Amino acid sequence: MALSQNEVLAGLAEIVNEETGIDTESVKMEKSFTNDLDIDSISMMTIVVNAEEKFSVKIPDEEVKNLLTVGDAVNFITSAQG
Amino acid sequence: MSQPKLNQYETTKYSRIYSLGATRGDLVVTNDDIAGPIDSSDEWIRQRTGIITRRRAGKDQSLMDMAVVASNEAIKRAGIDPQEIGAVIFSTISHPYQTPSAASLLADKIGANPAPAFDISAACAGYCYGIAQADALVRSGVAKYVLVVGGEKLSDFIDPTDRSISFLLADGAGAAIVGPSDTPGIAPTVWGSDGSHWDSVSMTASLLDFRDGEAAWPTLRQDGMKVFKWAVWEMVKVAKEALLVAGVKAEDLSALVTHQANIRIIDELVKQLQLPENVVVARDIINTGNTSAASIPLAMDQILKDGVVKPGGLALQIGFGAGLAFAAQVVVLP
Repeated sequence: MALSQNEVLAGLAEIVNEETGIDTESVKMEKSFTNDLDIDSISMMTIVVNAEEKFSVKIPDEEVKNLLTVGDAVNFITSAQG
Repeated sequence: MSQPKLNQYETTKYSRIYSLGATRGDLVVTNDDIAGPIDSSDEWIRQRTGIITRRRAGKDQSLMDMAVVASNEAIKRAGIDPQEIGAVIFSTISHPYQTPSAASLLADKIGANPAPAFDISAACAGYCYGIAQADALVRSGVAKYVLVVGGEKLSDFIDPTDRSISFLLADGAGAAIVGPSDTPGIAPTVWGSDGSHWDSVSMTASLLDFRDGEAAWPTLRQDGMKVFKWAVWEMVKVAKEALLVAGVKAEDLSALVTHQANIRIIDELVKQLQLPENVVVARDIINTGNTSAASIPLAMDQILKDGVVKPGGLALQIGFGAGLAFAAQVVVLP
């Protein structure tokens, strides 16, 4: 069953926390991965792969550069769940 | 009259790595030395790559010079006569001649002439490709001893302004002598390639483009994120397969010796493999940089020199890079 936007956000926050140590509470929809959360490109790729596994979705490499904010990622994953 | 029965090689059941030899570029190049043209800093480079210094060869130190030093060291440690070497395999992407091979010149310089000698081009997987071939040559009886060399002078093929790969790259040569053994010393190799990602790590142009004035001197480039993803999540599968076909478990290993591409790849591989803490993880990249085909023998030699692993222990070695080519095998440490 497809997860809601809030459930995806919570799951993504856990992944971000595990990779970077950033508090899950800080992972909010409007936050920019690079500018606000200071996540570099290598960590971003790790987060993407873990998200693919956790949510059973495919995030193409060329799509990753469009995921600027947490909200971008949550929306992509939510709609990719079908 | 019946046809005479042909002779074929007498096979040998097992092979092993007898010894290693290693040499690095004479120059110690710091992050501050190279940060300017890529508008970067020591901190940024350390955080993203783990590299503190890289070793590069100056103008007077050639790829062949380094290969000779490493090979002579391996031959001496193996205690064999160079004339007993039945094949010389040189894995490199930076030999500056299309032909003749680097291997035939090396064979002559180390006293192995007239051993068959050839180069292989499998980039960062090249040393493990070489060990796979040496294992096959020894066990099939084609050669008693095989010299495998992974050597690079990558600094001849870098662009100081490139932020994708040049700042990682370094120079060195590692060598191994493979020969017959009473006990298994080289487990089956899991190897392959994926040419659908041929351009993920490649040159900026061909030599023909350069000749025709259509491109500058070709240098190395990579799509770092794509390669990172492949090098971790695809190579985890290859590493697990190598353990499976070897008949061992991760906890049986003394060491993991990956291609020294980037500390972040190594750390993520360790995490994904769920390696027990007692397995030594080679992190030679910190002081050597990324030497492509040379990185695995250099890193293995270093942990043996440091005394953190002992000869006779098991090591999983895994190379991966341009091609995209990969190879992994469990070996007994020499």
